[in-house]
Amino acid sequence: MSRGNASAASSLHTITIEGLNKSYYEVPAKAAAGDVHYIIKDVNLVIKGGEFFILLGPSGCGKSTLLNMIAGFVSKTGGNLRVGSSEIQKPGRDRAVVFQQADSSLFPWLTVRQNVEFGLKMKKVPKKQRRVISDQYIDLVGLSGHGDKFPRELSGGMKQRVQLARVLANDPEILLMDEPFGALDAMTRRTMQKELVRIWRQTNKTIVFVTHDIQEAILLGQRIGIMSSGPSSRISDIYEIPLSYPRDVSALEFYDYYSKIQSHFDE
Amino acid sequence: MSKWLREKWFVLIVLWISILALWQIGAELYGPEVIPGPVDTAIAARELLQDGSLVQYIGISFYRVLTGWALGSLIAIPIGILIGKVDHIRNFAEPLLNFIRFIPPIAFITLFLVWFGIGEQSKIALILYATLFIVIMNTLTGVLSVEEDKIRAARSMGSSESQIVIHVIVPATMPYIFTGVRLAMGTSFMAIVGAEMIASNEGVGYLIWNSRLFFRTDWIFVGLISLGLMGFVTDRLLGLFGRKVLGRYGVVSSSPGKR
Repeated sequence: MSRGNASAASSLHTITIEGLNKSYYEVPAKAAAGDVHYIIKDVNLVIKGGEFFILLGPSGCGKSTLLNMIAGFVSKTGGNLRVGSSEIQKPGRDRAVVFQQADSSLFPWLTVRQNVEFGLKMKKVPKKQRRVISDQYIDLVGLSGHGDKFPRELSGGMKQRVQLARVLANDPEILLMDEPFGALDAMTRRTMQKELVRIWRQTNKTIVFVTHDIQEAILLGQRIGIMSSGPSSRISDIYEIPLSYPRDVSALEFYDYYSKIQSHFDE
Repeated sequence: MSKWLREKWFVLIVLWISILALWQIGAELYGPEVIPGPVDTAIAARELLQDGSLVQYIGISFYRVLTGWALGSLIAIPIGILIGKVDHIRNFAEPLLNFIRFIPPIAFITLFLVWFGIGEQSKIALILYATLFIVIMNTLTGVLSVEEDKIRAARSMGSSESQIVIHVIVPATMPYIFTGVRLAMGTSFMAIVGAEMIASNEGVGYLIWNSRLFFRTDWIFVGLISLGLMGFVTDRLLGLFGRKVLGRYGVVSSSPGKR
């Protein structure tokens, strides 16, 4: 994308990561001696507003840690981490998080609708207005008619739809998704991937999506950042995937990208 | 016969008749002074009901237990949440809690009489003490077991710390609080009987203790059965409340066949 009028608006929500480090063992004496274990080290990355970006890497490579740092849940050890021009210090409404486990992140004592309205209620949005917004997003994620059910009455895929509606209702700029379809069966997962692409194109949100599944990465992302395995992991490569949506897993170009990225991990 | 055995009411009737029969046999073997049989106990119960003392004693014991227990729970729940939520307070309070909670309420009776007087206050304070630590410990455990994802989700949806406490931590902790409150009811009954035996002229504990002066073991049996029934009824009501009102918070009740 060239620098034009469109990117001026979206640059407000550009995620800029410069020389980012994270270490859980912050012993000053050891750090001075250079003996520090880094989870991630020297990560440099720019994610543009409205982009669908994938963080791909093996388990334990620190991609969730990086996502949690963007979310503001985990503090950085060093480097810069900005959204637009402001440094990330704590969680905020502009960065919504979709967790891998819907069961641990949804509120089981609230109905689907009450879950979706949670953020609005915290912001003290009047009840009537809440209802209008929650109807809109329950509809968007394809859960019309399920608003009065409790999460325990829903299937795994439907629970992830509730999570999506719940964050979208707050109108965030950025969606941070940590292997959200990892716990779903293959067929539900495929449906959810298609749905996510549809919702992304409808809402123009920036999405940072963590996965260890190469196929999922190529199916969803405009760019794929490959994280080297830890410790001291970093973004080792970035692949552009210029294929048009919706993408076809059986297409020849798809396979080309697949084998290219696959060979990256075989080394 | 085997068809009847599948009927719940039939099993219950057979069970109760057997228990009453065994009880009566015991009474025949050892004599009514040692083990008053079901019939003697029923006669004694009628006697105590007719002069009004049993109803009065049950009333006063209930009053003490319910007041102390309700006050204790109301104080303990916010304390438990505070200790669970704030690390610094927990580091300080946790050893203290685990020290004090091993001192049984009965051990405090004399001191409470000195501090709060011979009247109702000392008994209610005792029940309050018996309730406090159980509810605090359970609430605290509940707060510590709230999934981090829920708190993080709320935080990234713009919740303030107080909103997180009210809208996430309290509802998520509800099953633990409820269990604590329910267990505390049991210890409250134990504490009240001890207190009434030592320092009261009324109540079921007093009835049981006082009966020794007249060697009325049948009255003691009436007292024991009253205590069991009082506890049973309160627990069932509490269980019903948990199921009907707190069901959405994941509170489950242990009464049979209603899971």
